[in-house]
Amino acid sequence: MRTPPGVSAADFAAAVAEFERAVGKDWVFTSDADVDLYRDAYSPYWGEPEEKIASAAVAPSSVEQVQAVVRTANRYKIPLYPISTGKNLGYGGSAPVHSGSVVLDLKRMNRVLEVDEKQAYCLVEPGVSYFDLYRHLQEKKIRLWPDVPDPGWGSVMGNALDRGAGYTSFQYRNHFEAHCGMEVVLANGEVVRTGMGAMPNAKTWGAYKTGFGPYVDGIFSQSNFGVVTKMGFWLMPEPDAYLRGIVYAPRYADFVPLVDVMTHLENTKVFHGFPDFGSPLIGSPDLAGLHHFMTYGPPQRDAEYGALLQRGAPPQDYEPYGVKHKLAFWSLGLPFYGPEKVIRAQWEHAQEQFRKAIPGATFELREQYKFPLSEEQKAKVEYPAYFGIPSLRTFVIGARSPLNPNNPTSGHMWFSPIIPRSGEAVLEANDVFRQASRELGIQMLTPFSLPVTCWERSFIFITAFSVFRDAAVNKKNRDAFRRLVEVAAQHGWGEYRTATSFYDDVMRVYSFNDHSLLRLHETLKDAVDPNGILSAGRYGIWPKHLRRV
Amino acid sequence: MKTWILGLTLLCACAAASAADTQTGAAVFEKWCLPCHGHGDQFPGTVALGVKYQNKLPGALEDRTDLAPDLVKAVVRTGVTVMPFFRKTEVSDADLDALAAYLTEAKKK
Repeated sequence: MRTPPGVSAADFAAAVAEFERAVGKDWVFTSDADVDLYRDAYSPYWGEPEEKIASAAVAPSSVEQVQAVVRTANRYKIPLYPISTGKNLGYGGSAPVHSGSVVLDLKRMNRVLEVDEKQAYCLVEPGVSYFDLYRHLQEKKIRLWPDVPDPGWGSVMGNALDRGAGYTSFQYRNHFEAHCGMEVVLANGEVVRTGMGAMPNAKTWGAYKTGFGPYVDGIFSQSNFGVVTKMGFWLMPEPDAYLRGIVYAPRYADFVPLVDVMTHLENTKVFHGFPDFGSPLIGSPDLAGLHHFMTYGPPQRDAEYGALLQRGAPPQDYEPYGVKHKLAFWSLGLPFYGPEKVIRAQWEHAQEQFRKAIPGATFELREQYKFPLSEEQKAKVEYPAYFGIPSLRTFVIGARSPLNPNNPTSGHMWFSPIIPRSGEAVLEANDVFRQASRELGIQMLTPFSLPVTCWERSFIFITAFSVFRDAAVNKKNRDAFRRLVEVAAQHGWGEYRTATSFYDDVMRVYSFNDHSLLRLHETLKDAVDPNGILSAGRYGIWPKHLRRV
Repeated sequence: MKTWILGLTLLCACAAASAADTQTGAAVFEKWCLPCHGHGDQFPGTVALGVKYQNKLPGALEDRTDLAPDLVKAVVRTGVTVMPFFRKTEVSDADLDALAAYLTEAKKK
């Protein structure tokens, strides 16, 4: 049996015996074979001494069992690492940040506790995946949609606590902001409910977010201050109809007005869905086309285009080719949700605005549906997440495919700084990261990284680094990743989230006033978890005894 | 005669157990495998296996007749390329036995 660092074998054996009494012997895992299932399958340190490995795992099925486990861990000062579904692949998976921690696996807490169709919210436990919630709503014929991220097996709660995002209407895409109310087990085993949940017999826990007094929910996201055991979420009522129009713009410089008009239309709520950029000319797909692109690759072009590729031409050099062959430089998909008459009028208005701002802009009405969808329609939609339908299509990235028949990866890690919501910023970020990638000898996922547009006031620049079962390649990519974090920070761009291996690197660049924000996090950590048992190192926050000066 | 009846009863019981296992295995497949291994090119696992075996074997796992139970179990517990391994809180040992049976014995009948 492995032992956590700083814990005697006798104390650990006593703690394990208590864990077994709390949750049952079948749900405490201590053999190497069982504990190895908690490794991060996408670890960029796989098989190296620095890889983070758990010492054991314990899987409670109720909040009372969580309390019992936490109390035991606090008494013996055993480091715990809570996970929800453990499927945060690309951002750390189910492995702890502090090697030797005991994983507190909450997957068995998998109940959808409540759905209020009229008020459009739900209350879930940590082990509920997007697939589970979707299935629950479908089976009960509840006409509400979950807002889903790319991998449908992720935890609804875990994704929100990591401040993940999805692809339906703006109100629901920011998963943390779409939550309403929490239940948290603190490091001493005490249970706290936030928002209206702090009031016994509350009638509006899932409907009113802030309750009375300080709004503390934020400190339990991207942190290690408690074990969240319940969360409420607002869900999207199924609209009457859906329409997705595509705007095509012919020139490189059109990207700036394309973003400006799009932003105004979104901020004035003319359209509600996920704005989805692509570049037909450069061959960078929009999200709706990503699966096809990663499976089959970009369309074949002629020798003239090949020559541009051959000389590594910058994006703007492709413009004459595009004009000559009537190939749009940019595309922008705009999903509309609502009554059919209304969304048709909104699409008409949007076209007028783009036509005024971008000479030569053209338009396509790409998809139209009325709800509810039939099973055949569900299988046919271009991007299921626009409809709150979970899938695992995203795992085409790095998988063996006609595009990549011989060199499948063993995972990936996402580099994802937040940049301003402007065309200029997107073009600048591409220039900066293209140059840095060349110098570092690495390749970006697509020729031009188009922004992810989940948030209403900013963009995410996103690219993936591949992970292989090859320590030398992984080291090169880790070094490059760390360098890009620094390059981004020099330009005022910071990551919104990162893989566990890079928590300290990213936290280090949030350094205003000699890292005063991190020092505040540490003050809170010491107050709510004085023994430092919960998720040591998560998001760069270390307990006192492990803190580096 | 009694022995014959007892034998028949046991045979029926085994058949019933096997049907139950297959049903459980199908449910495990539907929950954990189908989203990547369904039929068609929208499923990354199916595309990957089709390319790996250059379409000499079906890409969709449910169409395979050559799988051995131990192979199914090993892949679920060790992963392969971008497919991660699965913990026992996700797919228990009993579920894994049922899944292996669903993808192997049931297909040979």
